[in-house]
Amino acid sequence: MSLRGAACIVGAFEHPARKAPHVSTPQLHAECARAALADAGLTAADVDGYFCAGDAPGFGPMTMAEYLNLDCRHVDTTETGGSAYLVHVAHAAEAIAAGRCDVALVTMAGRPRSEPAVSAFSSAGAFTPPDQPFELPYGPAAINTYAMCAMRHMHEFGTTPEQLAWIRVAASHHAQHNPHAVFRDLVTVEDVLASPVVADPLHRLDCCMNTDGGGALVIVKPEIARSLARPTVTLRGAGEFVKHQSGGRVDLTWSGARESGRAAFAMAGVTPVDIAYASVYDSFTITVLIQLEDLGFCEKGRGGAFVADGNLIAGVGRMPVNTDGGGLCNSHPAGRGGMPKIVEAVRQLRGEAHPAVQVPGCALALVHGTGGSLGSRHGSATLILERS
Amino acid sequence: MAGRAITYELSADAVLGLETYHAARRERRLLVPRCRACGETHWYPRPFCPFCGSGELDWPEAAGEGTVYSFSIMRRAETPYAIAFVTLAEGPTMMANVVGCAPDDIAIGMKVRLDFQDSVAGEPFPVFTPA
Repeated sequence: MSLRGAACIVGAFEHPARKAPHVSTPQLHAECARAALADAGLTAADVDGYFCAGDAPGFGPMTMAEYLNLDCRHVDTTETGGSAYLVHVAHAAEAIAAGRCDVALVTMAGRPRSEPAVSAFSSAGAFTPPDQPFELPYGPAAINTYAMCAMRHMHEFGTTPEQLAWIRVAASHHAQHNPHAVFRDLVTVEDVLASPVVADPLHRLDCCMNTDGGGALVIVKPEIARSLARPTVTLRGAGEFVKHQSGGRVDLTWSGARESGRAAFAMAGVTPVDIAYASVYDSFTITVLIQLEDLGFCEKGRGGAFVADGNLIAGVGRMPVNTDGGGLCNSHPAGRGGMPKIVEAVRQLRGEAHPAVQVPGCALALVHGTGGSLGSRHGSATLILERS
Repeated sequence: MAGRAITYELSADAVLGLETYHAARRERRLLVPRCRACGETHWYPRPFCPFCGSGELDWPEAAGEGTVYSFSIMRRAETPYAIAFVTLAEGPTMMANVVGCAPDDIAIGMKVRLDFQDSVAGEPFPVFTPA
């Protein structure tokens, strides 16, 4: 089923908190829900579909529908880590096209800085994932598994630490204009390379942060979108893909973006040169580079040259990426950066990004997320959104 | 480089269906499952072939020869350690630690040999050392 034009994002909200010691996780979800609905000009009474992932407390949609007092005839708890909310947008469009709901609400929130234990992925401890006995003995963390992707990319394609550093530099250029961003200071390539190596070849400034916070989206059928006052952002293409180790045939040079991107572009009937702005998951600098290649913004192996020399900086380069400062500088709520990625793309398409980073006449944007780990198993999701 | 202390403990659930593999591991032997139906070798071990679905597997012992596909040194750990993907002579690529050498001596393409390191609880896990 093509989802082109099947649904519209009419409400989007990113919580301004980056540390929320005095607000509970469900309350953060509720604040995000209310603000996104207000943004759309709707209320909780209009919602008949609800979407959440592993950051939602308790039984997810049951717990949250009760807490928010929603009457839902459709719920979805697809979990692909930080990219889940992109998948939710696509699945909401599917549900709307199938007549299963008309007004879908997606919420995410977490407080890993204020209360790490409470924010841990709720079901992760319930079973032994079958991969665990063959990986956990060796001390895999987010950073050293992503680092192995970077190490291999450098080996095969000659990518350099300087090129990776440009991704952080671009993020800092954007974040200086975002009053909510955690890191607002401009950094240089030299600053990134002078920061301590955490896991070779990645430096501290190649890494995102984890923050408290959250966000929410309201997705509706086009007839409803047309009745609302806010600028409408329409789904034009969507793709998803789970990439894993393929029974031991490990190839760290590509990500699931290759497949999810291909599907999204095919559905949208556009190509990367048509994209005016891209939100691209930036858990680490290498994540951005590999995804941009896989999405077709440049050839495989040429990502280093593509991201260098300010090419990702709005108003400077050809491909503005993560104009809110991304997970590297702005926010990474609950370690799940997909939500702010979508929200910034909506801002760009509405012409509501900060004037210093607004892409003039932004009509077509791409959002891409990688949830899980680039180096083992991850859920990739791509959205192509257009201003209507 | 000293090995990182392995604190991981297996649950009972993790061993079910893989008793042959884990029994050999406890004897410091690495078995790599190979499908009797399609002939493919897979990793990480399952009690069935992930390529064709057959439950008829052989569990031959690995030759113990591998090549570093990629690696990273975790510098921020109390004891810095090398995590790696090692491609076995049998074909599959597995996650492991490279131990017994200085971090700067590890490189992609380096030949490594199977060894075992005991966890804190006394369970041997496969690791690799320079060949």
